[in-house]
Amino acid sequence: MTEVLYRAPGSDKWEKKDLDWMLEQIARRIKETRDETWQANDGNGQTLNRTEAIAFLGGSSNGNEECYMFVKFARALGLSYIEHQARICHSSTVPALGESFGRGAMTNHPIDFKNADVILVEGGNPAEQHPLTFHWIMEAKKRGAKLIVVDPRFNRTAARADIFAQIRVGTDIAFMGGLIHYILENQLYDEYYVKNYTNASFLIHPDFKTATDLDGVFSGFKPIESSGDSYQEGVYDRSTWTYQLDEEGYVKRDPTLKDPHTVFQLLKKQYSRYDLKTVSDITGIPVKKLEKIYATYASTGKSGRAGTITYAMGATQHSYGTQHIRGYAIVQLLLGNIGVAGGGVNALRGHSNVQGSTDHAILFHIMPGYMPVPKAHQQNLEAYLAESTPKRLLPNAPNWWENLPKYFVSQLKAWWPKIDPKISYHYLAKLAPHKDGKPDASTDFSHHALLHAALDGVLKGMIVVGQNPAMSAANVHMARKALDSLEWMVVLDPFETETAAHWKRPEVKPEDVKTEVFFIPTPVWAEKSGSITNTGLWAQWYEKAAEAPEGTVDEMYFFTKLVEKLKELYENEGGAFPDPILHLSWPEYSENQAEAWAKEINGFDLTTGKQVASFTQLKDDGTTAAGNWLYSGSWTEAGNMMARRDSRTDHPAGIGIYPNWAWCWPVNRRIRYNRASVWFDTGQPRDEKRWVIRWNPEKKWEGDVPDGGWPPGTVLPFIMKPDGVGHIFAVKLKDGPFPEHYEPWESLVLNPLGHQHDPLCKVWRMKDLDKYGDPEEYPIIATTYRLTEHWHTGMMSRNVPWLLELQPDPFVEIGSDLAKSMGIESGDWVLVESARGAVEAVAIVTPRLQPMNIEDKKGVRTVHQVGLPWHWGYMGGGARPNSAGNALTPSVHDPNALIPETKAMLVRLKKLNKPPKKIDLNYKRLSPEERLRLAEEL
Amino acid sequence: MPKPEDFAILFDTSYCTGCRACQVGCKQWNDLPATETQNTGSYDPLTLSAHTWLKMSFFEGLDKEGEVYWDFVRTSCMHCSDAACVDACPTGAMNYRPGGVVTVDQDWCIGCRNCVQACPYDAVHYDEEKGVVQKCTLCYDRVANGLEPACVKACPTGALRFGRYAELRAAAEKRVRALKADGFSEANLYGLKEMGGTHVIYVLLRHPSTYDLPLNPKTQKEKVAVGWLSAGIAAATLGGLSWIIARREELSGGES
Repeated sequence: MTEVLYRAPGSDKWEKKDLDWMLEQIARRIKETRDETWQANDGNGQTLNRTEAIAFLGGSSNGNEECYMFVKFARALGLSYIEHQARICHSSTVPALGESFGRGAMTNHPIDFKNADVILVEGGNPAEQHPLTFHWIMEAKKRGAKLIVVDPRFNRTAARADIFAQIRVGTDIAFMGGLIHYILENQLYDEYYVKNYTNASFLIHPDFKTATDLDGVFSGFKPIESSGDSYQEGVYDRSTWTYQLDEEGYVKRDPTLKDPHTVFQLLKKQYSRYDLKTVSDITGIPVKKLEKIYATYASTGKSGRAGTITYAMGATQHSYGTQHIRGYAIVQLLLGNIGVAGGGVNALRGHSNVQGSTDHAILFHIMPGYMPVPKAHQQNLEAYLAESTPKRLLPNAPNWWENLPKYFVSQLKAWWPKIDPKISYHYLAKLAPHKDGKPDASTDFSHHALLHAALDGVLKGMIVVGQNPAMSAANVHMARKALDSLEWMVVLDPFETETAAHWKRPEVKPEDVKTEVFFIPTPVWAEKSGSITNTGLWAQWYEKAAEAPEGTVDEMYFFTKLVEKLKELYENEGGAFPDPILHLSWPEYSENQAEAWAKEINGFDLTTGKQVASFTQLKDDGTTAAGNWLYSGSWTEAGNMMARRDSRTDHPAGIGIYPNWAWCWPVNRRIRYNRASVWFDTGQPRDEKRWVIRWNPEKKWEGDVPDGGWPPGTVLPFIMKPDGVGHIFAVKLKDGPFPEHYEPWESLVLNPLGHQHDPLCKVWRMKDLDKYGDPEEYPIIATTYRLTEHWHTGMMSRNVPWLLELQPDPFVEIGSDLAKSMGIESGDWVLVESARGAVEAVAIVTPRLQPMNIEDKKGVRTVHQVGLPWHWGYMGGGARPNSAGNALTPSVHDPNALIPETKAMLVRLKKLNKPPKKIDLNYKRLSPEERLRLAEEL
Repeated sequence: MPKPEDFAILFDTSYCTGCRACQVGCKQWNDLPATETQNTGSYDPLTLSAHTWLKMSFFEGLDKEGEVYWDFVRTSCMHCSDAACVDACPTGAMNYRPGGVVTVDQDWCIGCRNCVQACPYDAVHYDEEKGVVQKCTLCYDRVANGLEPACVKACPTGALRFGRYAELRAAAEKRVRALKADGFSEANLYGLKEMGGTHVIYVLLRHPSTYDLPLNPKTQKEKVAVGWLSAGIAAATLGGLSWIIARREELSGGES
């Protein structure tokens, strides 16, 4: 798109508008909505300084500098709904890996796959979704590494696997629980690592009970009454999920691991039920194959062998997604595979910059650099800092988060440099329950809460940048109705997305949709400069490669002008709490504005004006400013570290870390937790061939940047944790210290292990919009996925004819047996229906989906699974009505991360007699001749 | 037989993930338009045409142990040493270039389509708009300038490799040995004997018939040995037999 467009409420067409007019209108809408709905306090004397009526959505396809700018803009306005793609993609990774190791991101990096001896891909499909990453998996295979793929469907990664197992959708915790059981029973764990570098030896509260003791729940469970538009079975009182402390406040330990209250013994108890037969009955994987996989993977617990686990949405998008990933973390800690080359829990991220956009926290619950958003009861800076800064639990734990005050105060100074941080603290909206219990009584401002708030009329306006919720939200029919309920919406995108054109969709009449839409056409990444952070946390600077088409408006220009306009309006007219806007620092627009933002993100000394070299130079006294402490070191006095391009210099052991290529957070460390790869006392590598760091005779660390520069024998390796070790037992997750197998919300199976669902998962239940199906009516399990040929909602791929010709139509993959029993043949069109919606798709009948034998309380049965991609919609190339995979997916969420369960649902199939029609609703600029011809026709 | 220093491509099914970056790379470099396709029940809606010079064909099924397999095999010009298309071409438009590459010189192509019929790999197609035949050039414009072909450049897994014939053939033989040792008892090399030896060598995980590859493709000479008379008459009716012979001699002279 190259034209600035406006759609009046109820109109059936776009109108071409002038950018200045648009900016004026948009600034007015923002100010009016903000002023009318401003909540200065909660009515009980607590300052809130927020609005629930405006949302900001999107950013993972933007550069770091843009993402940081979006957050600064949204937070300065006091918005509560600040969300983007990370919520619905990898949000469950962050609490799972954060709780387990200290940082909620990929532990290693893509090139490091080449160092692995065994690679377990579970809930991911790197050959299709991360083809360049898969290059390094193939490099490992060339060395003789084994690739294991566990997936509901034989996909293109499975095509190159040494062992493939078809798993029933959503049963990965049972699978990993079985692996934990196998490792413990056969004593295949890395004893040194488990004793020294994990919390296995820690003593837990004597009243703590595992899910084995309590039929599927942990101690402290209490049912609750649900309110508003959502349902949740209960909550946990977590007072028994705690360490036993001594008089000095340090954790009590039993180095022999024999005390029944040690984490190690509790782990054994928790997974005592996960024997091969039980796991096979739940997952549908035959016992023999389970054994083969477990033996292969557990072999990496031996010294000199490394195993890596990699995954993506198949693991994250479940009502217990966080616990899926915890399962991976526990296995890797038992086998000593964290901090080593060729090891790790490696989340592969799906948007070009979704790692960076997560780091910069376009998320309602965190500030850039993973600091918590202030809560309503934290009524001043001191209270916030006191509560947010953890206390050390072992004398030799570095407890790095002790430094949080320096990072938080520096962030406030980066946003409001002239204001005392004690005052600017109040410029930040406080997190508090929804006013009037709409859409529910919680403090959930995540993606689905946002949509439900729009349906409830609380949310009135939204700014969407490069996100397409009309396609990517779970339960899109609900999401599209939510867009219809907005008063105004600003969309910035290179394409006319389904979101921008939601009023054009076949199932509504434009006159019934009263949303006023402002469309700003933006350039694509190659037409701008900036940095993106890849899945391995490497921030890489990119230079503008082409001029943007005339008529497009770059995001930095748009937001700079919008902020200028808002400052002008608030200056001249006053309004609700204008201070955060008036005092907000904002660089002037120029071609090189990205550089100014990058320098602000890195941070500088306010007294000297010099860039800081690392976050160790940040202070809590207001003399330093840094937008995001994690990126301190990315643009120093020596220049732009992210632009470095030395592809020759490697680590001496040839492990592929290329330290002078780009820059990596934190402090250019390429393998996180690498102190766990050496013997504690000597600092010598436990794997000499693939060593990561070592203490040399000159008494210096060499190799990668050590995770904490202290000499050997001094500090524990997981420096971000208050106890310094990796967490086999989680103390901070909401639904359990250990993962326990639960069934997806919609399931054919009664959980043989005890409790049916994650008792804390959140289920939206708005009338007529959030519906759920039972097994009698919907007897087939379905899952969704992406294809290598297409990109998410299809805007960037369906509009490329070379890609559309490869995968032209929506399809559903159906196993041969199921298809035969229903009289469906390859090429037939079928209707796939869930309780929420339907998709018309071409049947691909294939042996790559096999029927599975499952045993539960109802007995032994055969179940069938189908799968479908979710790339098609009603706009762009290949457009068809009823083609969005997310029409089927449920509004059910993981309690820790609020990620929707888009990977598991129940459906039914019906053969269609003819293909649905193709449609073309795209905006077209007409040539003068076409105009004449149309006029004549009229 | 290809000469040791000839250009060659090694395609290894055991590395291919069917991502088809090679296909898009081919279309982008050669500026070929997309086709309007339809999903008729597979991942593989395209067929080779004047606008699609390279495609991956998808093959799935159950192996002897009852395990599922899904393999992806390159379908395109094999750049044969005894190319049937070259022999069938009356004008010499289709011919060998230095390095063993087979390309069609569009200035000389008269659109007779003999080569389309002759090719055992369905790699040559008639372009209705331009009135000439089209096929993979092994990116002759790139390789002559020291670059690898666009498909090889795009391949993320190393399933496609470009280099000199002798070196790639040795690598392919080594790879087949390794695959056999790894349990792929059917692993084999394709393209060593076929059509006088092809400049594209395949490492296959299963028997070539699994992938619809012709088992004993006939060169034009082998066919002509049976029916030389009819071929001669056909060529003569196209007009200017002597001219054709002269042209062919001129070209082969130029080659040597």
